[in-house]
Amino acid sequence: MTTLTKTEDSPAPTGADPFLSVRDLYVRFSTEDGIVKAVDGLSFDLERGRTLGIVGESGSGKSVTNLAVLGLHNPKSTTISGEILLDGQELTGAREKTLERLRGNKMAMIFQDPLTALSPYYTVGRQIAEPFVKHTGASKREGRLRAVEMLGKVGIPQPQTRVDDYPHQFSGGMRQRAMIAMSLVCNPSLLIADEPTTALDVTVQAQILDLLKDLQQEFGSAIILITHDLGVVANTADDILVMYAGRAVERGSVKEVLQSPRHPYTWGLLGSMPRLSGDVEQPLKPIPGTPPSLLNPPPGCPFHPRCAYTGEVGGDRCSSERPVLPEGRGGACHLTAERKQSIFIEDIQPALG
Amino acid sequence: MSNDTTTATADAGTPLRDAVPGTALLEVEGLTKHFPIYGGFPVKRRVGAVQAVDGIDLAVHEGESFGLVGESGCGKSTTGRLLTRLLEPTGGRITYNGQDITHAGRKQLAPIRSEIQMIFQDPYSSLNPRQTVGSIIGGPMEINGMNPPGGREMRVRELLETVGLNPEHYNRFPHEFSGGQRQRIGVARALALEPKLIVADEPVSALDVSIQAQVVNLLQNLQRELGIAFLFIAHDLAVVRHFSQRVAVMYLGKIVEVGDRDSIYNRPRHPYTHALLSAVPEATVTAARDGEGRERIRLAGDVPSPINPPSGCRFRTRCWKAQDRCAKEEPPLIRLGGNREGHLTACHFPEEPTTAAREEDVILDPALLAAEKGTGAGSAGPVGKVDR
Amino acid sequence: MLQFLLRRSIGAVVILILISAFTFFLFFSIPQDPALLACGKNCTPDAIKIIHQNLGLDKPVPVQYWNFMVGIFAGRDFAVGHCSAPCFGYSFANNQPVWNTIVDRFPTTLSLTVGGAFVFLLVGLGTGMLAAWKRGTAVDKTFSSVSLVLSSMQIYFLGPIVLGLLVYSTDILSSPKYVPFTENPGQWFVGLLIPWIVLSVIFTANYTRMSRSTMIEQLQEEHVRTAKAKGMSSRYVFFRYAWRGSLIPIVTIFGMDLGSLFGGAIITEQTFSLAGIGRLAVESVIKTDLPMIMGVMLFSAFMILLFNIIVDAAYAWIDPRVRLS
Repeated sequence: MTTLTKTEDSPAPTGADPFLSVRDLYVRFSTEDGIVKAVDGLSFDLERGRTLGIVGESGSGKSVTNLAVLGLHNPKSTTISGEILLDGQELTGAREKTLERLRGNKMAMIFQDPLTALSPYYTVGRQIAEPFVKHTGASKREGRLRAVEMLGKVGIPQPQTRVDDYPHQFSGGMRQRAMIAMSLVCNPSLLIADEPTTALDVTVQAQILDLLKDLQQEFGSAIILITHDLGVVANTADDILVMYAGRAVERGSVKEVLQSPRHPYTWGLLGSMPRLSGDVEQPLKPIPGTPPSLLNPPPGCPFHPRCAYTGEVGGDRCSSERPVLPEGRGGACHLTAERKQSIFIEDIQPALG
Repeated sequence: MSNDTTTATADAGTPLRDAVPGTALLEVEGLTKHFPIYGGFPVKRRVGAVQAVDGIDLAVHEGESFGLVGESGCGKSTTGRLLTRLLEPTGGRITYNGQDITHAGRKQLAPIRSEIQMIFQDPYSSLNPRQTVGSIIGGPMEINGMNPPGGREMRVRELLETVGLNPEHYNRFPHEFSGGQRQRIGVARALALEPKLIVADEPVSALDVSIQAQVVNLLQNLQRELGIAFLFIAHDLAVVRHFSQRVAVMYLGKIVEVGDRDSIYNRPRHPYTHALLSAVPEATVTAARDGEGRERIRLAGDVPSPINPPSGCRFRTRCWKAQDRCAKEEPPLIRLGGNREGHLTACHFPEEPTTAAREEDVILDPALLAAEKGTGAGSAGPVGKVDR
Repeated sequence: MLQFLLRRSIGAVVILILISAFTFFLFFSIPQDPALLACGKNCTPDAIKIIHQNLGLDKPVPVQYWNFMVGIFAGRDFAVGHCSAPCFGYSFANNQPVWNTIVDRFPTTLSLTVGGAFVFLLVGLGTGMLAAWKRGTAVDKTFSSVSLVLSSMQIYFLGPIVLGLLVYSTDILSSPKYVPFTENPGQWFVGLLIPWIVLSVIFTANYTRMSRSTMIEQLQEEHVRTAKAKGMSSRYVFFRYAWRGSLIPIVTIFGMDLGSLFGGAIITEQTFSLAGIGRLAVESVIKTDLPMIMGVMLFSAFMILLFNIIVDAAYAWIDPRVRLS
């Protein structure tokens, strides 16, 4: 993100134009109960080689956004408006053939549950080789060799023989590695990982996240890491976008968001998480209430019914006026910057331990 | 902390069961559950067993919260189901309040069933969709013939209030509630019989983070205010730490380390405990980024199958300290020199009691090692270490 | 997997033995003496006695059963002549070994059922997949509603209508008749066309609806979405990824339908006046030709068990999780 402050240890961006640029994205589903406003005016940028963590709870619109980038939504029940520019190419409204050429090639995706996301009917090798053969015009034999190479890269032992195994013959962690191999097989510039470790055990999760980081160094892909776990992005991402009820409520570098968050929802997320180092006598500080229905999201700031600080804003601004998320670092909240800082330092931070 | 209630006699091998006479509400010795596997030809026969739980000892004291952590397949959920006797143990002994309930029949269990309650992981499937909240929570009282003063309905309304739900919702159905609220209904149902022990199997893992914290706080208040003992089963180490005074770490059907919270989280001795703790992603910047703070251990591969667990120490196939002895000799769960009372570890070659960063990270995963050393994959030996 | 099929085969053999024993003892507990039939109008007690001896009916039932079972594998000698293996007994009504009649009648039933099944499977899968591909369009709606109407049809209702339309009033086709395939493939085909059409009209509807709904279900599967995310074309995803998974419920129902088609062959054969196994069963029941009933029964049971094993093998072929476990 050009406008973001960079963390010291991440490489400086190379170009001025972002590689992926999403502007005013709206995604709506028509259902029997009405129209679900799954994504509601979302904008973000991502540069080559960087990792953006999109954090939110279920129903925040984080997965829907990324299915929209790949054009994988159901076209009959979904309406999309706004701009999705990948390397200058407009993706909203692009022809299916155009998207097919990009998917798995320039942009690839890793899904949450590798057991259901891999076909049980074909060998792992075939599933990895398929996009390679399709996008590079390689022969089947070359595809197979490439699959072996990729399996080796992601740390599958004896890739020459495991390439002919079916997914059910792999363990959970190995399946996710195969999934990563499949997504990277064409050297994509954009990799979207949707909760890639949520279905995995914690020790395997650590392996996979580190592996993703290491492979990013080698392949130079930009990564969007979708997760509900702030801990996962803390280790893996450069920047964070926090989503709530289909909107981005806060963005900044990992350091900025974790060390001086600027939105009450982010405070709530941080306060809800128990930590290994926290004070056990200190009760957790959950967010009261439940996430809103996207059929009928609250007016103004969607977080206001659960927010403890609406009283400090004055009037009914929180329930009537939609707060704007500034470009670059910031939070979409009506509280003044000074007030946000003092609330965080006085109320929130001490409880985080 | 409960280590003061334990009276381990000496520094050498003192099994937990001897360490806590009298005060234990629920005691387990050598608890084993093997699920048989059938196969073979031409006649199907027993060809093996999933050794889900293989000889564990533990004790839950009155009013304490005992945490059971481990990864999938470690047997923690099976243990919970054995303790509530939803499953029949293959071997070992379960004692509740001094009474042996290992193979107790329905009649003998009836009075105990009301004192041990269970909370399940999935708030969607563990509530009968055709029953109102009132009858879900009141049902156990009716079955057990409980007639609280003021009537059952009154009591149900009280319980709804206790768990933070609106008592007016007495006549609603589960589908009218959100996931977090359903889990509260599950908690109210468990409370209805005024249990002394609640076995909570991953009670918050299906919930969103913000809702998870609400339920953890609720359970914590109940534990403190009503003095209910908890066996808290979860894979999330941070949640268990927050909730439990004593914690046992399970791996492939065995307890590998058990102790008070501080010992397990700050002075772990078992390599697996170290690996687990180091794998927890923390939402802090310093620890992960600046190379200070916590140690970094990355194991290779997944947990092996409990059908054919490794001989000797079950963790040895993924352990960086494993030697021949680990394959031959199963390490006993004992108090090691330097461990606090009640802190028992099953390891021949225990680690230093600290979680601070090491001079070299322990990286066993060949792909990670290759990437981080800048060499080709597969060139790594069995134990790899990366210089910081 | 091979083990599994072997186990199923052994199970099938056990079931066949049980069926044979059951029917054998059941029929021999019937008060009517089968020898009466062979004896004819001018029957004397002596003649019956001779027939009893000739057919081995004077021996105790377990011995007869034993001889029957041995005969299947080794052949048997009756007074009327040798019955070579597989010998399923000797029919008094036809004066020839049971097996000869079955071999004579079976090709008709096989052509009828397997031919019909082939047609309705092919058409059903095709229309169902087309409906799923064009989901929500006029094509889909037409297929879905037509198949709903047709699936409520019955052979004995639709059969005569089709016969009346295509044969009796218009002469487009001639009456169904069976000409062995080896004799004249063209006539074999034309002769069976009407029953095939009727069978497929009735059964296709089910397959259309089922393959449509399983395809739509499969298209929602996550691995299908993954294939799309890899950039595979919609057509490829549809035919390679979704189709494979949709086959499993189809194969299950197909196995059951084949069995019931075979078991219910009598209705089809009666409707189209074809002399197959079904007809044979009815004829022998009317004549109380016990050895023939026995033979037909065992043979049909064998065929149905065979279809089941084929279905199991098909599962293994479709799904590697079955094959490799």
